[in-house]
Amino acid sequence: MDSRISAVFASLKEQNQMAFMPFITAGDPDLAATQQVIRTLGASNVDMIEIGFPYSDPIADGPVIQASYTRALESKVSVSQIFKALGELDHEELPPLVAMVSFAIVFRTGVDQFLSSCVESGISGLIIPDLPGDEAAEVFEKVKGAGLDLIQLVAPTSPRERVRKILKSCSGFVYCIAVAGTTGERERVADSLLDQLKWLREETDLPLAVGFGISKPDHVEPLRGLADGVIIGSAIVRRFQELADKTLSSEDLQKELTKLAGDMVTATHTK
Amino acid sequence: MSNATKSVPDAEGRFGEFGRRFVPETLMEALDQLHEEYLRSKADPDFQSQLDHLLKTYVGRPSPLYFAERLTEHAGGAKIYFKREDLNHTGAHKINNTIGQALLTLRMGKKRVIAETGAGQHGVASATACARFGLDCVVYMGEEDIRRQKLNVFLMRNMGAEVRSVTSGSRTLRDAINEAMRDWMASVDTTHYILGSAVGPHPFPMIVRDFQSVIGSEARQQCLDETGQLPNEVIACVGGGSNAAGMFYPFVEDYDVSLTGVEAGGRGTQPGDHASPLTYGSKGVLHGSFSYVMQDEDGQTQDVHSISAGLDYPGVGPEHSYWKESGRVQYTVATDDEALEMFQLVAKLEGILPAVESSHAVAHAVKAAQKRSPDEIVVVCLSGRGDKDISEVARLTGIEM
Repeated sequence: MDSRISAVFASLKEQNQMAFMPFITAGDPDLAATQQVIRTLGASNVDMIEIGFPYSDPIADGPVIQASYTRALESKVSVSQIFKALGELDHEELPPLVAMVSFAIVFRTGVDQFLSSCVESGISGLIIPDLPGDEAAEVFEKVKGAGLDLIQLVAPTSPRERVRKILKSCSGFVYCIAVAGTTGERERVADSLLDQLKWLREETDLPLAVGFGISKPDHVEPLRGLADGVIIGSAIVRRFQELADKTLSSEDLQKELTKLAGDMVTATHTK
Repeated sequence: MSNATKSVPDAEGRFGEFGRRFVPETLMEALDQLHEEYLRSKADPDFQSQLDHLLKTYVGRPSPLYFAERLTEHAGGAKIYFKREDLNHTGAHKINNTIGQALLTLRMGKKRVIAETGAGQHGVASATACARFGLDCVVYMGEEDIRRQKLNVFLMRNMGAEVRSVTSGSRTLRDAINEAMRDWMASVDTTHYILGSAVGPHPFPMIVRDFQSVIGSEARQQCLDETGQLPNEVIACVGGGSNAAGMFYPFVEDYDVSLTGVEAGGRGTQPGDHASPLTYGSKGVLHGSFSYVMQDEDGQTQDVHSISAGLDYPGVGPEHSYWKESGRVQYTVATDDEALEMFQLVAKLEGILPAVESSHAVAHAVKAAQKRSPDEIVVVCLSGRGDKDISEVARLTGIEM
């Protein structure tokens, strides 16, 4: 049976559309707000939602997301509370949720325990950014066994030979890192990325989603025909910084997210 | 008896179950490249002789093995010897590694170096090596540490390094490493990251251990030459664990030699009061490797404390975790107060001012000597000199400077 994530990509492909996946941090500023934002994004017809589990030492993430993690941890958000809050959502009404979580957290909880909590709380897949393809084989088997997807990252620096190895432990979709470096907003899409997407397409039938450095509808057009989806993180999480700085009210935050999600859905679902 | 071996890590960077690589994919290619270049260099006699020559003429090696006669009398047991890494150029063992890694940087054709630093010792050693070879140098340092270590910040800048203030997260060494890794992810093509401790993803723990092993190799030979026997016990302080890894490694298969690592016991045994992951922590992932770490039940890194900025780190090199699990090395703690007492005692009895880090090792050496007979030998690594600690010690002991 197709996973929920595969089913989403398959139905978009039939209609010649791309997927849009926003990223938010669980617990910034609190879990009730996270639940509300997930519902708002779901109502905007986004195709998946990536949920970042706050971590104290996130080396893959840029300053905006790290600051968000720090805020969430300062408000004492725990892993079990995150699972509980996600479990309270009505998942039939929502797009698939993908957890972005450090291996430090997964290992500490215990891989089996963490995966069963994912299943119970309605999570469909995991991205473990610090568990590179080489180290992921064992975890991949367990993730598959739990009926979930393990999404692997491919970097601009990954040689084709490495990518073949990485793809062996990948399902759901391939997360293509648009720029060498951390998460964050960039002005334009790099040509090297477009080249990489072309040869990636030859290597795998899995959908290709582009993240890191994607922040606005303008970034979608150059990817059309090459990528199957886009992910936006920092440009969204930055709004939560404004919320923390009190330069944005929570009503305006919801409005802005609805607007950004609406614009991105329009851009990605345009045939 | 322990079955620990020197033949670690394996090709995947495993020290037993520890080590490996838990880093974003963006870094994997750079780590592979570094690994290959390192293995090539290690096998190249020219590289080794270039390194040996620099260690001799620039760093001042070999450092002496010194019989601490009056401290031995004070302890009243085994003979205590100091391996004098404090006499190296820049005043600590850190330079052994930065010279080696600077040579690697040149071989890889890279022109820019980044480094992290806590107290500033590794930052100074990196800035020194970069000045020597004309490499651009950026040192990441926590905002708090920059304020506390003005002397080292001055030294680094004076040698042409750029010191970048880290204001994220804990604003200390931990986040300086995070920032350096982030820089590296965006700059791997032109930049080498000189990691200063035996931590991080493979191959760093191996490279740092190998470059620091000159400490233990010299000490082992010097002890044989001077006394006709191997030491009964070898002692070193452990933060990230670079001086200890370099001191212990050449003795690992001398199974009759006891090895003891001394962690920072701080002011108590509760999380946040010490920096002793091997003694009080648990297995987990931090900064790209699997090792012992101070973490909460969710795997979030906990704050640590030590009087010594160089030991104030929540993780430890994976080889130390391997040595702990295999029983080859015993790990213990010395408290802030014990280290402070030794800082003063060694000055009065030996005319040597040890770094507060090294004072932790001396604290255990005195206890160990007391339990041993006068015909036995204890060698302790004096990893650095204590000049940098003077204002902090003066503040703690209520002396007006």
